[in-house]
Amino acid sequence: MSGWADHLVIAPIVVPLVAGGLMMLAGEGRRGLNAALGLASTAALVVLALALLRLADAAGQDAAVRVYRLGDWPALFGIVLVLDRLSALMLALTAVLGLAALAFSLARWHRAGAHFHPLLQFQLMGLNGAFLTGDLFNLFVFFEVLLAASYGLALHGSGTARVRAGLHYVAINLAASLLFLVAVSVVYGISGTLNMADLARRMAGVAAEDRALLEAGLAVLGVAFLVKAAMWPVGFWLPPTYAAASAPAAAILSILSKVGVYAVLRLWLLLFGGEAGASAGFGGAWLTAGGLLTIAFGTAAVLAAQNMARLAGASVLVSSGTLLAAVGAAQVGVTGGALFYLASSVPAIAAFFLLIELVERGREVGADVLAVTREAFGGDEHPEDDEEEVGVAIPATMAVLGLGFMGCGLLLAGLPPLSGFLAKFAMLAPLFGAGGDGVSATAWALLAALILSGLATVVAMARAGVDAFWASPAGDAPRVRVVEAAPVALLLGVCVGLTVLAGPVMGYMEATARSLHAPQGYVAGVLPAPDAAAGAGR
Amino acid sequence: MELVVALAIGVLTGSGVWLVLRSRTFQVIIGLSLLSYAVNLFIFSTGGLRSGAAPILERGAAGDLATHADPVPQALVLTAIVIGFATTALFLVVLLAVRGLTGTDHVDGREREG
Repeated sequence: MSGWADHLVIAPIVVPLVAGGLMMLAGEGRRGLNAALGLASTAALVVLALALLRLADAAGQDAAVRVYRLGDWPALFGIVLVLDRLSALMLALTAVLGLAALAFSLARWHRAGAHFHPLLQFQLMGLNGAFLTGDLFNLFVFFEVLLAASYGLALHGSGTARVRAGLHYVAINLAASLLFLVAVSVVYGISGTLNMADLARRMAGVAAEDRALLEAGLAVLGVAFLVKAAMWPVGFWLPPTYAAASAPAAAILSILSKVGVYAVLRLWLLLFGGEAGASAGFGGAWLTAGGLLTIAFGTAAVLAAQNMARLAGASVLVSSGTLLAAVGAAQVGVTGGALFYLASSVPAIAAFFLLIELVERGREVGADVLAVTREAFGGDEHPEDDEEEVGVAIPATMAVLGLGFMGCGLLLAGLPPLSGFLAKFAMLAPLFGAGGDGVSATAWALLAALILSGLATVVAMARAGVDAFWASPAGDAPRVRVVEAAPVALLLGVCVGLTVLAGPVMGYMEATARSLHAPQGYVAGVLPAPDAAAGAGR
Repeated sequence: MELVVALAIGVLTGSGVWLVLRSRTFQVIIGLSLLSYAVNLFIFSTGGLRSGAAPILERGAAGDLATHADPVPQALVLTAIVIGFATTALFLVVLLAVRGLTGTDHVDGREREG
């Protein structure tokens, strides 16, 4: 512990905590001060995340980890924070989303209810903590922090629909947290450790009669994560909650489902990699199958969506499913592609949630449902619209929003030239490029799922887009302020940046995937060598 | 001892699951509370169960690691109790808000027809 650079690792947790605490002290009345504090904190988080990204990548080797020991206790006694490439990537995504959501809310949403600013800060703190921690129980604590904040954010703005969806959301997540606790205590009871790296080291040495119980415990843990990631049979809570949440809250919630994916990615590759002895590869087929089913369900939901918010919720399902299926394939190249997909789909979906609110502002309630019904039953198209339309055919605001919408559509559907296409290509290419003789059925299934879900997204987005942008304007064009358009532009700009810099970014993702698939580096980084020999006996 | 604890956990879990699956919000919150009691007992029991043992030391005996219960599950259960309590209180608030906004205590916010 020397030098300020070492303490940089804990800063993403401390900064929002301090900012949130100060906001609580300042009180709800001083909104300007709260907003300024929030902006300062989220901007600091973006800078920090970029610095940590450089730090994680700077070491050059594949197995670069930075360990921060809280209270300077050695890893097995104290809790450690671990920064590696994956955590740094997630931190950067969170920081960008946080900044965008906050900037968007400043136009009007932060006045819609109490304590928006502190809740957002605590949400960011929980997310950052969950991405950084190297301890299973600490992960639970940060999960609860981010969930508690997300309950508040999901309910922000109140209203019957939000509260009703919020009730289901809270109930599901409380039940999932209980599963998490059961799993953690089973794992501790068998292995005697809560440190992820230590657990990975002990996987191979678990006695044969205990192995089934340990695997069962970890499977329950997996279910708890998959509820958060909204895998098919346990993900029905997601579309209503996200559709009901206010726009900035939905944007930040869109990374919440990726926390579950992150936890699966981290723990599954760490614990069930090649080093795990008899347990290696445990549950991989389930992950792939569950991911494929989630894509199928998400695709159906995308096609069935009667309004744009539901459409966005359904595309969260598709992206979760894609990630899970790709992780389950357990190939270095595929994981690298999946990480690129993660980095591209999270900002795209968040931008979509923000955009929806802007587009919907100018339209009467229920227009979407009417439009879909009209399509289905072939009612009369334009009842009395024959009066000549004078003036600008498409107002400038609508043109800008339409461009943004098109960008989101391209990204979500995975069409060239934007990063969504590159991501899907990067996932599929290693599956088919590896062996000349015969491609596995799973690879074909994943290919079909990705292409079909993309097609469904195009169909649904085109339908929604035609209705929103090519219809004759019902009233005034929605009034959009620059501060609301800028976050959408920022998020889409991140995706464009990913496209332009695809080479270096893909290199980073591949290095991340290599170190995830070779967890020895992570374990050795957390537990220094002399200690490793002593503990291996158990 | 093991049998009693195991039965207690089982009965609490069973009742909890049954209540969580009911259609009234109050039943759901009681179910979740029972489930969290079951989980807390379960965590506590992973530290090892003994009856008739000294709290810390036998009189006159030297301390020995084998005679102590594992303190980590106790720390875990304390954390779990606190977090469970807080989130249940949060759920209670949402429950009351739903009751106030929809005028019914059905989990879907409206009574089922027929």
